[in-house]
Amino acid sequence: MNIVATVVFIGLFLFITVLGFVSAHWRKGDMSHLHEWGLGGRRFGAWITWFLIGGDLYTAYTFIAVPALVFGAGALGFFALPYTVLVYPLVFAILPRLWMVARKHNYITASDFIAGRYNSPGLALAIAVTGIVATMPYIALQLVGIQVVIGGLGFPTGQGLMGELPLIIAFVILAAFTYTSGLRAPASIAVVKDLLVYITVIALIVIVPIKMGGFGNIFAAIPAKKLLLPPIKDGNTGLMSFYGTLAFGSALALMLYPHATTAVLAAKGPNTLRRNWVFLPAYSFVLGLIAMLGYVAYASGIAKLPDLAPYFKQYGPQFAMPGLLLHYFPSWFVGVGFAAVAIGALVPAAIMSIAAANLFTRNIYKPYINPQCSAQKETDMAKLVSLVVKFGALLFIIFLPLTYAIQLQLLGGILILQTFPAIVSGIYTRWFDAKALLLGWAAGLAWGIWAASLNGFKTSGYALHLAGMVIPAYIGLYALVVNFVVAVIATLVVRFLGMTNDKDATVAADYAG
Amino acid sequence: MSKPNSVRKLGPLQVILLAIPCVAVLIVPYFNVLEPSLFGIPFFYWWQLMWVPLSGVFIAIVYKMVVPAGSGD
Repeated sequence: MNIVATVVFIGLFLFITVLGFVSAHWRKGDMSHLHEWGLGGRRFGAWITWFLIGGDLYTAYTFIAVPALVFGAGALGFFALPYTVLVYPLVFAILPRLWMVARKHNYITASDFIAGRYNSPGLALAIAVTGIVATMPYIALQLVGIQVVIGGLGFPTGQGLMGELPLIIAFVILAAFTYTSGLRAPASIAVVKDLLVYITVIALIVIVPIKMGGFGNIFAAIPAKKLLLPPIKDGNTGLMSFYGTLAFGSALALMLYPHATTAVLAAKGPNTLRRNWVFLPAYSFVLGLIAMLGYVAYASGIAKLPDLAPYFKQYGPQFAMPGLLLHYFPSWFVGVGFAAVAIGALVPAAIMSIAAANLFTRNIYKPYINPQCSAQKETDMAKLVSLVVKFGALLFIIFLPLTYAIQLQLLGGILILQTFPAIVSGIYTRWFDAKALLLGWAAGLAWGIWAASLNGFKTSGYALHLAGMVIPAYIGLYALVVNFVVAVIATLVVRFLGMTNDKDATVAADYAG
Repeated sequence: MSKPNSVRKLGPLQVILLAIPCVAVLIVPYFNVLEPSLFGIPFFYWWQLMWVPLSGVFIAIVYKMVVPAGSGD
């Protein structure tokens, strides 16, 4: 075991634990209300929102998975970059309107908005369930990040319950401070997390390439086939079309995830958000550097070194980033870097569990189980559900093969994308009918799950044969087209039959600002 | 939010400005080449990396256009 690194790691972990509990008192509001526990009272200013959204979207899994993908698959793994470039122009145009209407009507989740906008509990339920199902494996994957670095410290992970003890302890801490402090905990911890991440990544991306004689040498050591996507051949657009659609579809999916909605609605106002989206690309830049670390690890040949080869055997390409730290840096800095990954997992895991808890409480428990519940009861329920969600994720990782979590997360992206027509079109227009949107959602889901099952849920691509061309693209996006087509046709039919339900709790002025 | 300082709607110009960085990273066949490389980094990589800060610049321009000074949080 690496003693120095472990001591530094535990020290930083203890620090954020204390911070997590203390943050309950920060700008304290009446914690018996759900928007206090679950949205931090909607009072986060520009700085905290920046850290919160950054901590939310650029997760520990990203730090492990993106270099792993570049290390293993080459150019395709770089799709994370166009994906994060696409996100901010899109949300800049769309989400301030959602914030305005949510504030006006005290909506806490996207499903709250759907329930008000369409007067349709059924559609709201469908959106809420989709959000919870898509979020669960995402939380589970955050644990993978922690697992890899705990393994890197020299603890035997993946060998029975004792080996998982560090992971379980980390999760109990996470569950406890989320329970007491709500969204304030990940918001304050996100600041520490980001400092650690920036220090680690900058050190890695500056020092290692210098030791290896510059980026020219690194890229020269990568096989040419890995560096670019294969060219279009025989009318098959291959990875080219998959790359672009995966980036675009993932960007659309990102803004629909419940944890993104939670972080966005927690901001103090729409201009706080707009300013944030000017500066959030700074994170994407770091992500791009992290992606390049995949090549750095590949070119350095660390996977073949006798002291690191066993790790690569157990964790595969996921050990690319931790491996670089172990090989090129002193032990104390390894502790800092590993803590960055582990804490980077706790922040999004906390936000995701809060988001799932908000959804369950607001859109399932209150309308269907206990309509008369008080504000206090509502908040208690959400806190309880946040615990259930996290322990579910923990059991998932401990008792099921890792591939399940990865495949379910892949599927989760396809599922969450099917809430796009209801949520995003609803932000602009009330033209669609709720029943038609529900039908479109079901069609998109069914087609998406079917298409993913064709390749055993292993990849998220589907090859469309059209007019002599073969166009492989992201399943989620094809499913979204199916979804939209069905929703449009069904709306026309419903309107023709005069069966529309035009009740709307919101008015046009609620969205402006 | 006070009336005289309220945020303007996105017009066609603003939508185009926001669309430019999106299009730049979606024209995959255009940037799926090695040369010209920069400091040894192939075009494919530095082109996409460059659009990260540039997207921030485009969003900042739109922000300045639609959010008047003093329009609050």
